[in-house]
Amino acid sequence: MQLTTLAEAVSFTSPSGVLSSFWLLIAIPLVSAAILLLLGRRADRWGHLLGVASVGAAFVLGLVYFISLSGLDNKELSLNLFRFMPVGDLKVDVGLLYDPLSAMFVLLITGVGFLIHVYAVGYMEHDPGRRRFFGYFNLFVAAMLLLVLGNNYVMLYVGWEGVGLASYLLISFWYLRPSAATAGKKAFIMNRVGDAGFVIGIFLLFATLGTVQYDEVFNNISKLSAGTVTAVGLLLLIGACGKSGQFPLQAWLPDAMEGPTPVSALIHAATMVTAGVYLVARSHPIFDASETAKTVVVCIGALTLLIGCVIGCAKDDIKRVLAWSTVSQIGYMFLAVGLGGAAYALGLIHLLAHGFFKAGLFLGAGSVMHGMNDQTDIRRFGGLRRYMPITWATTGLGYLALIGIPPLSGFFSKEPIIVSAYHHEGWLGWVLGTAALLGSGLTAFYMTRLFVLTFHGPKRWTDDVKHPHESPKIMTIPLVLLAVGSVAAGGLLATSVPDWLTPVFGEQVEHGENWLVTGLTILVTLGGVGLAWVLFSKGTAPQEAPAGPVVTAARNNLYADAFNEAVFEMPGKYLTRALVYLDNRGIDGLVNGLAAAVGGGSGRLRRAQTGFVRSYALSILGGALLVVAAMLAVTLG
Amino acid sequence: MSPVLALVPLAEESVPAETFQLPQIDYAALAPMLILFGVACVGILVEAAFRRFPRARIQLPLALLGALAALVVVIMTAGKRTITAGGAITIDGPALFLQGSILVLGIVALLLIGERTLERGGAFVAQAAVTANTEADRSQAATSEGASEVFPLSMFALGGMMLFSTANDLLTMFVALEVFSLPLYLLCALARRRRLLSQEAALKYFLLGSFASAFFLFGVAMIYGFAGRVDFSGIDQAVVGSAASPLLLYIGLALLVIGLLFKAAAVPFHVWTPDVYQGAPTPITALMAACTKVAAFGGLLRVLYVAFGRSQWDFQPVIGTVAVLTMIVGAVLAVTQTDIKRLLAYSSIANAGYLLIGVVALNKEGLSSSLFYLVAYGFTVLAAFGVVTLVRDADGEATHLSRWAGLGRRSPLLAGVFTFILLAFAGIPLTSGFTAKFGVFAAGVEGGQTWLVIAGVVSSAILAFPYLRVVVLMWLSEPSESTPAVSIPGALTSAALMIGTVATLVLGVVPTVLLPIATRAAEFIR
Repeated sequence: MQLTTLAEAVSFTSPSGVLSSFWLLIAIPLVSAAILLLLGRRADRWGHLLGVASVGAAFVLGLVYFISLSGLDNKELSLNLFRFMPVGDLKVDVGLLYDPLSAMFVLLITGVGFLIHVYAVGYMEHDPGRRRFFGYFNLFVAAMLLLVLGNNYVMLYVGWEGVGLASYLLISFWYLRPSAATAGKKAFIMNRVGDAGFVIGIFLLFATLGTVQYDEVFNNISKLSAGTVTAVGLLLLIGACGKSGQFPLQAWLPDAMEGPTPVSALIHAATMVTAGVYLVARSHPIFDASETAKTVVVCIGALTLLIGCVIGCAKDDIKRVLAWSTVSQIGYMFLAVGLGGAAYALGLIHLLAHGFFKAGLFLGAGSVMHGMNDQTDIRRFGGLRRYMPITWATTGLGYLALIGIPPLSGFFSKEPIIVSAYHHEGWLGWVLGTAALLGSGLTAFYMTRLFVLTFHGPKRWTDDVKHPHESPKIMTIPLVLLAVGSVAAGGLLATSVPDWLTPVFGEQVEHGENWLVTGLTILVTLGGVGLAWVLFSKGTAPQEAPAGPVVTAARNNLYADAFNEAVFEMPGKYLTRALVYLDNRGIDGLVNGLAAAVGGGSGRLRRAQTGFVRSYALSILGGALLVVAAMLAVTLG
Repeated sequence: MSPVLALVPLAEESVPAETFQLPQIDYAALAPMLILFGVACVGILVEAAFRRFPRARIQLPLALLGALAALVVVIMTAGKRTITAGGAITIDGPALFLQGSILVLGIVALLLIGERTLERGGAFVAQAAVTANTEADRSQAATSEGASEVFPLSMFALGGMMLFSTANDLLTMFVALEVFSLPLYLLCALARRRRLLSQEAALKYFLLGSFASAFFLFGVAMIYGFAGRVDFSGIDQAVVGSAASPLLLYIGLALLVIGLLFKAAAVPFHVWTPDVYQGAPTPITALMAACTKVAAFGGLLRVLYVAFGRSQWDFQPVIGTVAVLTMIVGAVLAVTQTDIKRLLAYSSIANAGYLLIGVVALNKEGLSSSLFYLVAYGFTVLAAFGVVTLVRDADGEATHLSRWAGLGRRSPLLAGVFTFILLAFAGIPLTSGFTAKFGVFAAGVEGGQTWLVIAGVVSSAILAFPYLRVVVLMWLSEPSESTPAVSIPGALTSAALMIGTVATLVLGVVPTVLLPIATRAAEFIR
C-alpha cells in the first residue's frame, strides 16, 4: 500500500483564470488587520465592521475558488509569488498551494471564522478594545490561511508562527488580568517547545533533501533513509503536538480559555488547534514512509483522547470542560490521521464537523456567560433552559453532535474512526479501538454533565444573578447557523469528503461497515449519557467536594502541570541560576577584569604623555632606535 | 676601493654636465598642483592688496574655486599615467586618487575654516604675535576679524600634500614634506581662544616635526649612499642589484619610515598628536586629521610599494609591530580621555594603525583598501570635528566631555549626527567605518598578516568603549547647568557636516560608488 502511494509523483500546476488570484484570500484579512492595528483609535467606530467584512469577503472568495476548483481536472494549483529567502542553496519562495485539502480548510476558516466574527461584534460590544480585538482576529485569519495555503514548509511555518502570535495576543487580550497574561505566556512558551521540534524537522528536510517545497520533498522522500524519515516525522509531530495541545504538550490549551470566548471558539477549538492535524495530513507521504512515526501518532492520539476525557469529567469551569473536550477530540483526529490510508479523510471529516459543533458549543457557553455575569462554574448554573431557549437549543444540538448521536454530524465523523482503529493490525488495533470506544463513553458522560448542570435541574446561581437573559440576535444567529451545520454537515461530509480529497491522499480502500462496533459505540455513548443524567439531573453541590484519588488527579489535570514543573521548570530554574552565577562571576568577572586592566593600563600610559616636548622628543628617539634595531635584527639576525 | 665595486657600472646616465637640458614637463599632469600653488600666491597678493575687511570675503571663494578647479582637472585627467618633470613626479592611479581625496577633503575642511557665524570674526586670531593673556590679546579675541592668511596657508599645505603623494624621488618628497608642514605649524598657532595652548601646540608640532624631518633627511642620505640614486625606480633596482652594504639600506629605510610614521601619527611617534590636535583651532585639526593623514599614508604607500617593495620581508615585521602598537596604544589611551579633541586624536592614532595593516599587506587589495579607508575616514573625522566646533559656550568650544552630558536632550539632531559618526568610528555596519575597516582587514588576511587583523579587532573592541561612553553620556545623562547650548551652525559648517555625514552613510551602504574607483586606481607605476 505504501509503495502505491509513493509511486504517484506529486505534481502541481499553475492556476489560471479566476483562481490565479487566490492569494487575495490571505491579503484581504491581512490588509484589514494592518488597517485596524495601525490606524489606532481613529478606526474605533467602524473597525469591527471592517474586520467582519474582510473575513466575509474572504469567505465569498473561498466559495468562488472552491467551485472553480471543483470543475478542474488537476486540482493541485501552485502559485509562486516572489522569492523570499535566496540564501546559497536555500531558495524559499512565497509560494501558495490551493488543492482540495487547503480549499476545505479555507472554507472552514473563513466560514466558521465569519460567523464567530459576527458573534464577536455583539460579544465584545462593551469592550473598549474591540477594534484591537478585531485587528488581532483578522491577523489570525490571515496567518491561518497562509498556514494552510503555503506550498512549502517555510510558508507553513510562517503561518504557524503567525497564528501562534495571534493566539498569544488574544489569550492575553485582557492583559491586565494576571491569569490571562500568564495563560498567554504559557501558551506561547509551550508552543515554542513544539515549534523548536518543527523547525528542526524543516532544517533536517533541507539538510537531507535540499528543499522545503512540498512537491519536491514528497517526490524525493523515498531517497531518504528510514531513520531520517522517522526523525523528520517525529520532529514534525512534536510541532503538531504543541500546536494542537496533544500529549505531552497539552497543558496550555485549557488555560488559553482566559481569552475572550470568541477566541476560544475560533482559535482554540475550530481552527488553530487543528493545525497539527493539518500538518500530519499534509505531510502524509512522510508519515506513510515511516511506520514508526505513524505508530507514535496513533499512540499519542489515543492517549490524549483519554486524558482529555478523564480531565473533562472532573472540571467545573464550562470553558475548561469544553477545552479538555477539544484536546480529546483532536486526539481522535490524530488517531485517524495516524492510522493513515482511508482514515486520513476520516480525521479531516471529524476536524470539519468538530469545527462546527465545538465552535457552536463555545459560542453557546459564551452566550450563557454573557447572561450570567461572566460566571463560568457549571455548579452555579442550572435551569437556564427557560431563560435562554435559543442557546439551549443550539448548545443541545452541538452537544448531541459531539457525543455522536445519530444522525448528527459527530456520529458520522467519530464512529468511523473507532471502526478504523479496530481495523489496525495486531493487538494495537484492539487497544486503540477500545481506547476510542471508552473515550466516546466518557465524552458522553462529561458533556451530559455539563449540559444538564447548565440548562436543567435546580437553579444554583450566585446572588448577583437575578434575571439571566437571552443574548442579542447578532450572537444568536451565528449560534443557529453553527447548530444547523452541526446537524446537517455530518452525512454530507461523510459521503463527499473522501472523494474530494482523493487528489491529495490518492485512492484509498475503505474498510467495510462494522455493525458490531457501531452498535457498541452507540450503546457506550447512551450509557455515558444515562449515568450522567442519573447523577446530575437533580443538580450538584455548589462547591467542589473532596473526592477520591482519581477525581482529584483529574481535577489537577492528571498532574501534568506538576510534572512539567518538577521535570522541566525546576531543572531549568537551577540551570538558569547556575548560568547566571557563571555569567556574573566567571564571564563578567573576566570581562570586567579585562576592562579594568585596560582602564588601568590607559591611566598608567597616560602619565607618559607629560606635555613636555623634551620627553616627547626622547620617546621619538627611543622609538627610532628601537625601529632601527628591530630592522637590523630582522634582516641581519 | 674593492675591485668588485669597480666593476659595477654606475647607474647614472652618461649625461655630460655642460649639456644639461630642461626636463620635459607635462603641464597638464601638474595642473592641479600648479593651480593650488598659483591660487595660494594670488591669496598672498590679496592679503597685500586689500584692506582687512574685504579680504576674508575674497579669500574663501578664491580658495574654494581654486580647489574645485584643481579637482575638476584631476577628474578630467583620471586616465593619465606618466612620470614627468625629469622623473620627479609620478602621475599614476594612486597619485590621482590621493590628489582627488586631498582636494575633496580639503574643500570640506575649507568650509569649516571659512565659518564665521559661530564666533565673531571666525575661529582664528587676528594677530598671532600679540602676547597671550594680555589686555590687547583679550580685546582682539573679542572683536577683531580673524586672520585671512589661513586660506593661502591652507592652500600651500594642500598643494604640498598633493606634491608629497605624487613625488617620485626622495628629495622632491622631502621638499613637499616641508611645504605642507610649515603652513600647518603656523596654522596651529592661530586659535582665537586658548592662545597659549595653541601656541604651545604649534611650537611642539614644529620642534618635533623638525626632529622627524631630520630623521627623514638622514634616511635619504643613507639610501643615497646605498643606491647612489634617490628616485624610486632607481632604489627599486638597487635593492636587488646594488653591491653596497645592505646595512645602509636597512638603516636608511628605518629612518625614512620613521619620518613618515611621524606624520601618520603611529606609535611611538604619535606623542605630538593629542597635544597638537587639542591646541590647534578645530577646523585646522580637522584638516590635519583628514588631509595630512591622506598625504602621509600616500607617501608611505608609495615609498614602501614602489621603492622598497622588493625588500618587503625585511620591513614587514617591523612595521607590523608598529601597527599593532599603534592600534593597541591608541585604543587603550582613548579609554581614559576626558577631552573630546584628545579622544578623537587617540582615535586617529588607532586608525593610523588600521591603515598600516593595509600598508603592510603589500598587495593590490591592501593598496585599494587603504585608499578607500583614507577617504572614508577623512569624511567621518571632518564631520566629527565639525560637530566639536558647534558645542560651545561663552568661552569658545566646550571640549571637556563632562560638558557633553545630556547633549541629546538639548539638541537631539546634533547629538544624533555625532552618535552616527561615533558608530562609524566604531565600525558598525551600514557606516563607512565598517566597509573601510573590513577592506583593510580582508587585505591583511589576504596578505598573510592575520596577526595584525587579530590585533585590529581587539583594538576596535577596546576603542568601541570610549566612543560608546560619549554616546551614553550624550543620551543617558541628565543635562546639567554646565551643558552648553549648541550653536546653530552656519551654512558652511552645515554643508561640511552634511557632506561628511552623508558620505559616511553612503560609503557604508553602497560602498560600490567608490570601491571600483579605488580598485582601478590601485596600481603604481615606476
